Amino acid sequence: MSKFNKKKDSAVPAVNTASLPDIVFMLLFFFMTVTVMKDTSVKVQNELPKASEIKKLEKKDRIITIYVGSPTEEYQKVFGTEAKIQLNDKFSNPSEVGPYILAERAKKSEDLQNFLTTSLKVDKNANMGIISDIKEELRKVNALKINYTTYEGNAFENLNR
Amino acid sequence: MPRRGAPPEVNAGSMADIAFLLLIFFLVTTTIETDAGLDRMLPPIDENVVDPPIIKQKNIFTVNINKNGQLLVEDELAEIKDLKEKAIAFLDNGGAASGTEDYCNYCKGKRDEASSDNPTKAIISLKNDRETKYNVYITVQNEIVAAYNELRNREALRLYKRNFTDMEAEYLNPETSDEAKEVLKDRVKNIQDLFPQKFSEAETSSGK
Repeated sequence: MSKFNKKKDSAVPAVNTASLPDIVFMLLFFFMTVTVMKDTSVKVQNELPKASEIKKLEKKDRIITIYVGSPTEEYQKVFGTEAKIQLNDKFSNPSEVGPYILAERAKKSEDLQNFLTTSLKVDKNANMGIISDIKEELRKVNALKINYTTYEGNAFENLNR
Repeated sequence: MPRRGAPPEVNAGSMADIAFLLLIFFLVTTTIETDAGLDRMLPPIDENVVDPPIIKQKNIFTVNINKNGQLLVEDELAEIKDLKEKAIAFLDNGGAASGTEDYCNYCKGKRDEASSDNPTKAIISLKNDRETKYNVYITVQNEIVAAYNELRNREALRLYKRNFTDMEAEYLNPETSDEAKEVLKDRVKNIQDLFPQKFSEAETSSGK
C-alpha cells in the first residue's frame, strides 16, 4: 500500500519545458529559410495590387527595384502625400530614374547587364502619371524589361474601394 | 534525502529564451519576398521610323481607362469583368477568308469580317489617363494577359497536351535541366508565335 501513498504526498510536478527550445528553433529555421534580408528600408506606403496571371522573378541578382507610393507618415510633413519615387534610400524625381538605372546596371557583372529586369513596386493608390514618367525614363536608358510586381490574388479585389 | 549517483542535469530553461531572441531578430529584419508580377516589355525609342506602319482599324482593339477607372472598349463603355471575354473574342476572331494569306486555321472565333484578321495581326492598344489609379491599370493589364494566356493554353493543350503557363514556368525555372529546356523552348516559342502579345501603350493623356 505504501506504493500509492508515496505519490499522493508529492506536489504537482512542473511541466516539462525541455522541448520548448526545439519548437522555437523549428520556427526560427522556418523564418530563416523563407525570408531574405531587407536591403533598403521602404519609406513609402507600399501596398501592392493583386494579380492572378503573374510570373515569378527568378534570379534576384538581375533585378533593379523602384518603389513608388505616397511617403509614410513620418515623412509626410516634409514631402506631402503625393506619390513619390524612392530610389535606394531617398525620394527622387522622375528625371533621376535614368541615371539610377545606369548606375545600378554598372554595378552588376558584365554578363548580366543585358538581362536586367526593372521591378516596379508601386502602391495601389498611386496615379498612372508618375508610372508613365518612369516608363518614359526607362525607355530612354533602354531598360525595357519591366515587371509590375504584385501580390498573388484575384485582380478584381483591387477595385473594391 | 540521499544523493543519487547520476550527475545533475544541465538547466536548459534559458535555451528557449535564447532561441526566442534569435527568432524575433529574424522576424523584424526580414520580409517575405514578393517576387512575382506581370512582365512587360517597353517599346524601344526608335528615331529612324518616319512613317508608322499602316494598320487596319479592324485589327486594333482599343481600351481606354479614364481617371475614374471607367473603361471604354472599342468606343463602348464596358465593365472590367467583361474585358477578358471581349479581348478573347477579338484575338481569336480570325476574320480573313479561307484561302487568303492571313487565314487563321486554328482560330475558333466568329470569323467576323469587321474584327481582326489573324491573331498575329491583332493589336491591343491601351490608353490611360494620368490620374488613372494604378490598381485599375493592373487589373486591366491582368485581364488582357489572362486573355492571351487562355488562348495560348488552349493551343498548347491541343498541340502538346499541356498548359502553356505550366510550360513557360518550367522553362523559366532555373532548376529545369538543359535537355528539358531545349524541348520546351521550341514549344513555348511556337505557342507564342500563334498568339503573339502585340500590346501597344500610347503615351498617357493629360486631358479631362
